[in-house]
Amino acid sequence: MYRYDSIDQQMIDDRVAQYRDQMARHLAGELSGDDLRPLRLQNGLYIQRHGPMHRIAVPYGMLASRQLRKLAEVSRRYDRGYGHFTTRHNLQFHWPKFEETPEILAELATVQMHAIQTSGNCVRNVTTDQFAGVAPDELTDPRPWCEIIRQWSTFHPEFAFLPRKFKIAVNAAASDRAVIRAHDIGLEFVRDPSGETGDSGFRVFVGGGLGRTPILGKVVREFLPWRHLLTYLDAILRVYNRYGRRDNAFKARIKILVQALGVEEFARQVEAEWAHLADGPATLTAAEFDRVAADFAPPPYAPLPDEDLGFSAHLRDDKAFAAWVRRNVHAHKVPGYAALTLSLKKPGVPPGDITAEQMEAVADLADRYSFGEVRVSHEQNLVLADVRKSDLHTVWTLARAQGLATPTVGLLTDMICCPGGDLCSLANARSVPIADAVQQRFEDLDYLHDIGEISLNISGCMNSCGHHHVSNIGILGVDKNDEEWYQVTLGGQQGNDTTIGKVIGPSFAAEEVPDVIEALIDVYLEQRTPEERFIDTLLRIGSEPFKARAYQGRDRRKPAANDSERKVANA
Amino acid sequence: MPRIIQNGAIVDDPRTPFRLPEGASPETVALPAGLTLLPLAVWLARRDDVLALGAPAGVWLDSNEGPEAIAADLGRIAVVGVNFPKFTDGRGYSTARLLRDRYAYRGEIRAIGDVLHDQLFYMKRCGFDAFALRADQNVEKALTAFRTFGNAYQAAVDQPQPLFRRRAA
Repeated sequence: MYRYDSIDQQMIDDRVAQYRDQMARHLAGELSGDDLRPLRLQNGLYIQRHGPMHRIAVPYGMLASRQLRKLAEVSRRYDRGYGHFTTRHNLQFHWPKFEETPEILAELATVQMHAIQTSGNCVRNVTTDQFAGVAPDELTDPRPWCEIIRQWSTFHPEFAFLPRKFKIAVNAAASDRAVIRAHDIGLEFVRDPSGETGDSGFRVFVGGGLGRTPILGKVVREFLPWRHLLTYLDAILRVYNRYGRRDNAFKARIKILVQALGVEEFARQVEAEWAHLADGPATLTAAEFDRVAADFAPPPYAPLPDEDLGFSAHLRDDKAFAAWVRRNVHAHKVPGYAALTLSLKKPGVPPGDITAEQMEAVADLADRYSFGEVRVSHEQNLVLADVRKSDLHTVWTLARAQGLATPTVGLLTDMICCPGGDLCSLANARSVPIADAVQQRFEDLDYLHDIGEISLNISGCMNSCGHHHVSNIGILGVDKNDEEWYQVTLGGQQGNDTTIGKVIGPSFAAEEVPDVIEALIDVYLEQRTPEERFIDTLLRIGSEPFKARAYQGRDRRKPAANDSERKVANA
Repeated sequence: MPRIIQNGAIVDDPRTPFRLPEGASPETVALPAGLTLLPLAVWLARRDDVLALGAPAGVWLDSNEGPEAIAADLGRIAVVGVNFPKFTDGRGYSTARLLRDRYAYRGEIRAIGDVLHDQLFYMKRCGFDAFALRADQNVEKALTAFRTFGNAYQAAVDQPQPLFRRRAA
């Protein structure tokens, strides 16, 4: 992974000093709470329901084992001995002390970590595929591009006070695992589609986003040669910075500007701006790409046969291991190797939470079996990307001892879930108890495996941190007269067929949610053909049978056709 | 006399932004005597009157006013003020960059309004060279803000070459 040189290091050390000075001036009464607020947010520090929350950047999800150990140490020293991985690869500490946050950042800087721009109305952490560099279906490794974007966005002087937050995601594989069309900018690595130049670059999507107004990004440019990446980003951001709405925070994301102008006019303005910037000094060089890419060179893989006899024997003899392999082990481009997911989902634990002991155990596993590196997935799990097949059984045994081997990746209980009303002050409702109720209800593994591939995501409010819009079944917490209710959406998808789900009708009480999910699953199990996933059956038979079953026997007005859409718009 | 930061030093400067009194019209308002910063509307309506007064002209742009409006006049404007109604309104950064990069403006660009210590570093990078800080700010201490970072990744006005073109080969 990328290693800082002395200049990169100086930059984050300077940042720690700046933040320390800002906090000191605040505590001395020289910097008001209002004036500090955007500054601390751009260093990841929120003030939430119970106090501060500190969001640490994990750029494009890459963690070295020593960084994970440092996070464990910091969580013990400055927090309550655990952390929470988010849907944007970051790690949150939920119980730090306000005045100790400069110390946290100073500690993290010693392992090339920081909390730069993990919040605030600026360019946030760039996200990508958790299988970058190892996925058999990728055209190229997206991480060098992510690192180049990270450096460009870090302390960008022109774009630190945008109308609203700004998220960029990069995909370089046939299968999009980074939900790029749900981002302000989605970059898809492509070869020149004209076939004339043989050049590589990006298809540029702009204006996607979840939140209160979910919209998928639209193509603003079919092909952007790679050397123009940064100048083109500058052009998009400048148009947004100048013309994005600032009068209403709910209408300030770039998606609203793209909608208001229409994508053609927006693209025209970007191109007009870019005409002045193209081929300027910020044009990327092959030398810079090579410098960054060298840090992402493949690790020293051993030449191995793709088949491993021991692995095959374990698969045959150990049913529990085989179930885990089926869900949690992923294809690797190098023979004899596999990538695996360490699940952070299980009953009794909020999705994405990890203890200090587990962090250290994962760091050990990474050192012994996966070249010392770990990735964070946007599904809030961890990934060891380079494990020998011959080691898989051992790694599984060790991971299981740490409670990190729930064999449910891609299944119903592999939920994405925000921290919700237990911690977050924006939330309308709690989300973690819902996730836990689902875990309890669906704990039978055979049943889960029988249901097969399905996504269930939970957000505690319209901000949609739990990505409920793009899951097959989405649960959204809403507040009605100070009571927690849950709206259900159906039909959302991520990946190449990214789709926004539709609300099925009036919301449900918390205790009803597991029943409703079970009702939806029942319809699928009754109607499916042998090859169909939940989403396939839903698309084939339509949502009506699902809706009917969800409300069957429930004392609730059957919604008029468009009733639910209006509700969302007015929420 | 207001103290501002100009080219890295604290100076007294009489030029303050003139705001159109309520009910007054740009066409007929009495022009202030001496050095001033005129609102864009007054400048556009009274350019010739202003230039006839002979003093080096100053104009200020609000955050929703782009530099395009004065692009053709820049040769006759000594100081462009860029107003920050709130420090979180970041449009002024793009305004300054356009003035320098697009229109090659070499006069003074002065940040006015909600101008605070902690934004000075970015402002300077974008081409501001004068800063009329909000009244409660410590101007002496603010001078240290220009040294916050020893380097920067991006190409900008103060350093047209991005770091990747400057890293030791």
